Amino acid sequence: MEYYLQLIINGLVVGSIYSLVALGFVIIFKATKVVNFAQGEMVMAGAYICFALTVQYQLPFLLSFLITLVFSLVLGILVERMVLRPLIGEPIISVVMVTIGLSSILKSLVQVFWGTQIRVFPPILPQEPIMVFGLPIAPVYIAASVLCLLLFAVFSLFFKYSSLGIAMRATAFDQQAAQSMGIGIKNIFALSWCIAAVVSSIGGIILGNINGINSQLGHLGLKVFPAVILGGLDSLLGAALGGLIIGVLENLSEGLARDLLNLGGFKEVASFVVLVIILMVKPYGLFGTKEIERV
Amino acid sequence: MQKCGLFFTTYNSEDQLFPSTFQKTCLGLFMAAMLAAPCVLDFYYISVMNLIMIAVIGAVSLNLLTGVCGQMSLGHGAFVGVGAYGCAVLASKGLPFLLCLLGGGAMAAIAGMIFGIPSLRLKGIYLAISTLAAQLILEYVFLHWTSFTGGANGMPVDSPEIFGFMFDSDEKMFYLIFAITTVCVLGVSNIVRSRSGRAFVAIRDFYQSAENVGVNLFQYKLQAFATSSFMAGLAGGLWAYYTMYITPEQFSIGLSISYLAMIIIGGMGSVLGSIFGAIFITLLPEVLNTATSLLATVAPEASAMAAPLKEGVFGLTLVLFLIFEPEGLVRKWKLIKAYWKLYPFAY
Repeated sequence: MEYYLQLIINGLVVGSIYSLVALGFVIIFKATKVVNFAQGEMVMAGAYICFALTVQYQLPFLLSFLITLVFSLVLGILVERMVLRPLIGEPIISVVMVTIGLSSILKSLVQVFWGTQIRVFPPILPQEPIMVFGLPIAPVYIAASVLCLLLFAVFSLFFKYSSLGIAMRATAFDQQAAQSMGIGIKNIFALSWCIAAVVSSIGGIILGNINGINSQLGHLGLKVFPAVILGGLDSLLGAALGGLIIGVLENLSEGLARDLLNLGGFKEVASFVVLVIILMVKPYGLFGTKEIERV
Repeated sequence: MQKCGLFFTTYNSEDQLFPSTFQKTCLGLFMAAMLAAPCVLDFYYISVMNLIMIAVIGAVSLNLLTGVCGQMSLGHGAFVGVGAYGCAVLASKGLPFLLCLLGGGAMAAIAGMIFGIPSLRLKGIYLAISTLAAQLILEYVFLHWTSFTGGANGMPVDSPEIFGFMFDSDEKMFYLIFAITTVCVLGVSNIVRSRSGRAFVAIRDFYQSAENVGVNLFQYKLQAFATSSFMAGLAGGLWAYYTMYITPEQFSIGLSISYLAMIIIGGMGSVLGSIFGAIFITLLPEVLNTATSLLATVAPEASAMAAPLKEGVFGLTLVLFLIFEPEGLVRKWKLIKAYWKLYPFAY
């Protein structure tokens, strides 16, 4: 029983990182209707930049964290300007493939600079586990979950009350109407890519502190698809819940498959089995907007 | 644009696959050159050409599904894998080569149809993600169904044999693969001209109008998935027989992506485009290999970067093509042809 409780808690922590990455994903999709297959590689890029600054250049962690955020902002703007803007109005497959191409480029850059082996961040928080309800939990796990919660709160407030957030929602709802009300759509697009890059980097840095990073980190981007589809491609709340559910589900099914069916590595595929079922039953997810088409 | 002096007097003559004598002559010369190639070229070029032809089958089949019918699939690599494993398993049971190949294709077709069922409700990005799930689930099956697939160790495949004739060298395999590729390419060209092909195009262009004029969406979408995955299975089977050893990582998501890259770089919905794309994407790493080995003689540390650089160049090519030539190589080809037809006038 304790084993399963431990699995659930691990799932929640990993799930909160999925939620963060899914948040970036949803923001881009909401504003620009682009599905970003390079989200995982953005996570990886942020994690490696922060790693290089703290380990190779010996900067204090907080400073390198801030520099990484600035770097992600620049990355977001560059990607939007150079790659996505020429493709506005092109068919979906072109946009998907351009983000896949982008992910290859980011991955190869990381491998050229840092190789393929696992890199470990220097420990920032104490290693001694804290007892919560009789279960030992590493402080970095707690910090990760708290940070994710905090970010979600910030973004919810941002979208609800700030004028930029409202402009972003307006753009997502109806681009033409928003434009005619004087909202600079192009800036909104760039902004959404920036936010996505920033939250992905934060996710990457947290992951680096938990597990270490390697060049396969981009695979995480694939894990996010079940989470966002479950929650609904264009819902922030959906991204948060979807991430948590998928995280828990993955860990639990891994444990169950090993105990009951003697199957290893079921974690890798469990969320995709769920994904297929969701798509068959409820294609727009829990909170997604239904697209209604008329001839 | 038709060749000057080519006039059609019947519908049948206009509907021909190769209307002009010039085209037929060129095609005949090309076939003759291909048949003569193994006698002239050395081993390395033959093996590259074999890989290209297997890629052509895969690309043409994906183009039928994605380019012609508009159903984006990120799981094509896994369907190729189903074909390869299907062939290998049947061959290990001692079945003759042709039956194995068809059986592998049929298994891939069934897998394609199962994962094609969601396409009735899903389209665009949702379909892409559901086929991505198909890819990852099938990869898991290849890796973990050890009694059938040998798991991570992979499984060996013997050289094919038809009526006692062994295809045990690259040159012999060349003729076998060339024959099957020709059949597949002609097959797809003809499917596109048929009733089904027109239904596919109607579904791609606007599925609701297609349904309104009486196209059965479910039937034709499944048909597209089945035909396309059957051919993907053939490509997989040939690959298994040619490389003689298959492992799960050969059929990873990277393979699906490179097939998609082939049809995008070649030209969506065009058979000729798939051929161009397959040649381009297969040659790209070969050219880079040569380049890095040349570079390594000057700077030895460059060879360590070869693998990541390959991936980067692949991504960069894809991005540049999508930005600057979204219609692919086939459009460039048409421009070149038009230039020579109109020469020396610009219009």
